[in-house]
Amino acid sequence: MSNQIIQGILLGGYYALIACGLSFMFSVMRIINLAHGSLAVFAAFALWWLASRFHVSPFVGLLIVLPLMAAIGWALQRFLLERSARGGALLPILTTFGLAIVIDNMLFEQFGADTRSLAPYIGSLSYDSWEWPGSIYVGKLAVIMFATAVILLGGLQLFLTRTRLGRSIRATSEDPDTAGLVGVDARRANAIAAAIAMVTVGLAGAFLGMRATFDPYAGAPQLLFAFEAAVIGGAGSLWGTLVGGIVLALAQTLGAQVHPQGFLIGGHAVFLVVLFVRLSTSGLGLRGLLRLPSRSAS
Amino acid sequence: MSAASTSPIIERGTTTSRIAAIAVAVIIALLAIAPQFLSAGAVDRMTALFIYVILAAMWNALAGFGGLVSVGQQVFFGLGAYFAIRLADTGLNPFASLFVAAIIVGVVSWPLSLFMLRLRNGEFAIGMWVIAALTHLLVNLDRLVQGETGTSLISLNVYDAGTRRVAIYWLALGSMTALLAILFGLLRGSTGAAIRAIRDNEDAAASVGVRVTGTKRLLFVLAAFGIGVAGALWLATSITFQPKTYFNVQWTAYMIFMVLVGGIGTFEGAILGALVFFLIETWFGGTGVWYLVSLGATAVLFSLFLPRGLWGTIEERFGLRLLPVGYRVILPGHAPADDGTAPSPEQTPLDQEKA
Repeated sequence: MSNQIIQGILLGGYYALIACGLSFMFSVMRIINLAHGSLAVFAAFALWWLASRFHVSPFVGLLIVLPLMAAIGWALQRFLLERSARGGALLPILTTFGLAIVIDNMLFEQFGADTRSLAPYIGSLSYDSWEWPGSIYVGKLAVIMFATAVILLGGLQLFLTRTRLGRSIRATSEDPDTAGLVGVDARRANAIAAAIAMVTVGLAGAFLGMRATFDPYAGAPQLLFAFEAAVIGGAGSLWGTLVGGIVLALAQTLGAQVHPQGFLIGGHAVFLVVLFVRLSTSGLGLRGLLRLPSRSAS
Repeated sequence: MSAASTSPIIERGTTTSRIAAIAVAVIIALLAIAPQFLSAGAVDRMTALFIYVILAAMWNALAGFGGLVSVGQQVFFGLGAYFAIRLADTGLNPFASLFVAAIIVGVVSWPLSLFMLRLRNGEFAIGMWVIAALTHLLVNLDRLVQGETGTSLISLNVYDAGTRRVAIYWLALGSMTALLAILFGLLRGSTGAAIRAIRDNEDAAASVGVRVTGTKRLLFVLAAFGIGVAGALWLATSITFQPKTYFNVQWTAYMIFMVLVGGIGTFEGAILGALVFFLIETWFGGTGVWYLVSLGATAVLFSLFLPRGLWGTIEERFGLRLLPVGYRVILPGHAPADDGTAPSPEQTPLDQEKA
C-alpha cells in the first residue's frame, strides 16, 4: 500500500504541472481557459510529430515547442481573450470552449484517432526505476516529473515575488486600472502571463505524452484534472496546487483499489467533497476558491 | 386630452407581434398535420429539429437569462435517457417512462442546484462538466447498461415502425411547444422581470429585492427538466443507449453553438439558432471533422464579433419584436424606448456579469 501512496504522490506532480497554468491564468486574468487541456494535448502532439518525423528527442523538442507555446499564449491573449473579456465574464468561457473544439478536431483531422505516446522516444527512461528502501520501486520518469513540478512552482513563486515583471503581473491581477496609473502596461503584463501559462501547459503536455498515451480528444479530461487539482489546492500559495494535485492523485489511486473503474470516480468524488466542505464552511461561494496564488505569497 | 398625450404608453406587444402570434399558431398546426405529407426520413429529421429547439431554448434559459453558462448540460440529456431505460425495464410503458424520466431529472436537479449555484461563472461551467463526467462513470456501473456497450429501449419495439415514428414526432412537437410556452410564460410574467433584471445586473437586481438565487434555481430546474425531455426523446428516436453518446460534451457544444449564433438572451434567438444548426447539419454534417471544426470556429467568431447573435442584431437594427416578453414604453414625441428586452448596444446580455 505504501508503494501505491508513493506512486500517487508522484502522479500528483503531473496534476500540479497541468493545474498551475490554469490557476495562474485565472488569478491574473480571471479567465478559466477551457482550451487548457486541448492545448496540452496539442503540445504533446507537436513533440510526437517532431520525434516520429525528425527523430528529435522529446527533451530536445521542448526547446522548440515551449517557445511555440509561449507565442501561442501571447497570441491567445492578444487576439482572443482580451477581446472576449471585454464582453463580460461569461463570454471567454464560450470563446475558449469553441477554441477547444477547433483544436481537438484539427488534431483529429491531422493525426487520426490513434492513441499515441512519447514513451518510445525517451529510451529506457519510460520504464527505469529506482529501488527505495522497503523494496519500493519508483519510476525515474515519475520522480523527474515531480521534481519538475516543484522547481516550476518554486520558480514561478520567485518570479512573481522577486522580479519587476512578476510584480507588475501581480499588480495587474489586483487592479489593472491602478496598476496602469503607476506605469504598468496591463496589456503587456497579461500577454506575458498568458505566455508563461502556456509554457507550463507545454511542459504538462510533454509529461502527459511520456507517462501515458494521448489522443486528439484527451484534452477534456486533462482540463478537468487541472481544474480539480486547482480547486482542491484552493486559495493560498502556488504550493496549494501541488497539494491539490497530490490529493487528487491519491484519491484516484484509492478509487482504483476499491473498484476497477474507480480511478476517475475517486478523483471526481474527492473534488466534490472538498468543494462541498468548502462551500458549507466559507459561505462565500467560490469567489475565493481559485484566488490569487500570488497574493498570499507577498 | 393633454394628460393622455404626455403620459407614457406601456405596450406589451406590437402589431407585428400579434401577427407573429397568429403565425406561430398556424405553424404549429401545420407541423402537427405534416407527418401526413412527409416521408419517413423527413419526419425523423423534423423530430431531431424539435429536439434541437428544446436544447437551445433550455440552454438559453440558463445562460442567456440566468447568467449561468454550463458546459455540463449533457448530464441531464444522458440522465433523461438513462432513467427512461431504467423505468421501461421495470415494465412501465415506454412512452410514459420518457416523461416520468424527465420529471425525475428535474427532481434530481433541485438538490444539485443547492450546491452548484453557489459556484460562479467559469467555476460553475467546469463544475457542471465534472458532474457530467462523474454521472457518466456512475451510469456505466449499472449492470443494465453494461458499461459502454449500452443497451436499448426494446419495449418500444411492440409498436410498429410507422406508428412509433409519428408518435415520437408528435411527442417531440408537443414537448417543444409546451416547453417554449412555459418559458415564454415565465419570461412574460412577474418572474420574467426578475429574470431580466438578473441577466442585466445580478448585484443590482439583488439590491432591489429580486430573489436572485430562487429565480436562478427555477431556471436551472426548468433547463434540467427540458434537457431531460430532449434526452428521453432522443432515446426514443434512436432506440439504443450508449452512455458515451449521451453524456458527450458535444451536446453542450451544439447548445452553445445554437444559442450563440441565434442570439443569447433572446427568446426568438434560440429558435433561430436551432434552425440554423439544423440546416448546417443537414447540408454539411456529412463532412465529418471539418464540420465540427467549423462549428467551433463559428462559435469563437460569434463570441468575438457578434456576441448578440443573429437575432440580437436583427432586433437592434430593425426594432423588431416577434414574441415580446418585455414591456415597451412609448414616450410622447419619442421613438419607442425599450426596457431590458433589447439591451442597448453597449449592454450585451453578457457584459453586465460581474467577475
